[in-house]
Amino acid sequence: MPTPTKGPRLGGGPAHERLILANLATALFEHGRITTTVTKAKRLQPLAERLITFAKRGDLHARRRVLTVVRDKGVVHTLFAEIAPVMAERNGGYTRVTKVGNRKGDNAPMAVIELVTEPVSPKQAVVKEAEKAAKKAAPKKAAKVEEPKAEETAVEETVETPAAEATEVAEAPAEETKEA
Amino acid sequence: MAVPKRKMSRSNTRARRSQWKTTATALTTCPNCKGQKVSHTACPTCGTYKGRQYAEALRTEHAG
Ligand SMILES: [Zn+2]
Repeated sequence: MPTPTKGPRLGGGPAHERLILANLATALFEHGRITTTVTKAKRLQPLAERLITFAKRGDLHARRRVLTVVRDKGVVHTLFAEIAPVMAERNGGYTRVTKVGNRKGDNAPMAVIELVTEPVSPKQAVVKEAEKAAKKAAPKKAAKVEEPKAEETAVEETVETPAAEATEVAEAPAEETKEA
Repeated sequence: MAVPKRKMSRSNTRARRSQWKTTATALTTCPNCKGQKVSHTACPTCGTYKGRQYAEALRTEHAG
């Protein structure tokens, strides 16, 4: 849920900010990644992620609510038909903001905001499973001191091999998007 | 309304302004190319950040 912003709006006023953010969101879903100022990217991030959450819900009501922000039906269709299935496995964090230095003309700090298209890394899944197992094991208070140590070593061993795979998987889609 | 009683001398003006100083940006070395970069930012030399490539970050020495 986007936190209400304090301080001055982007552009001239509240309506102008809504327009700027709606246009930025449209451009983001159309192109997958856009370069903008750090401030605008950070303001866009919660809005765009909320729209993707609506797209994952996928019903007509959600589509109409997205259409109140993104006015382009073609872009909304790509959001619901192409972007939402990619994000199905991901629980939030659909976008990524990376700073790319200052703009030449006015020295404004710039950033790239992009959709996270990489598959959810197997490393995170393994870590979550390990945490769940640790929580289940925790109630057994009798052998509390000895058990966690054994589990920690086990977790480290399981994590190391998928981590190498995860980086390889993550790099491949990034190169594809760059070419496209 | 409060107003200055006397004109400020050039000496005092310059003495005050002598305290307007800048500081050098703290830089780190890029893990990929060993070039200098601002932290939490894509490298301006090779364009990488956490293993990802950002062509937008690339800067040459002359074309700022
Ligand atoms: Zn570098």
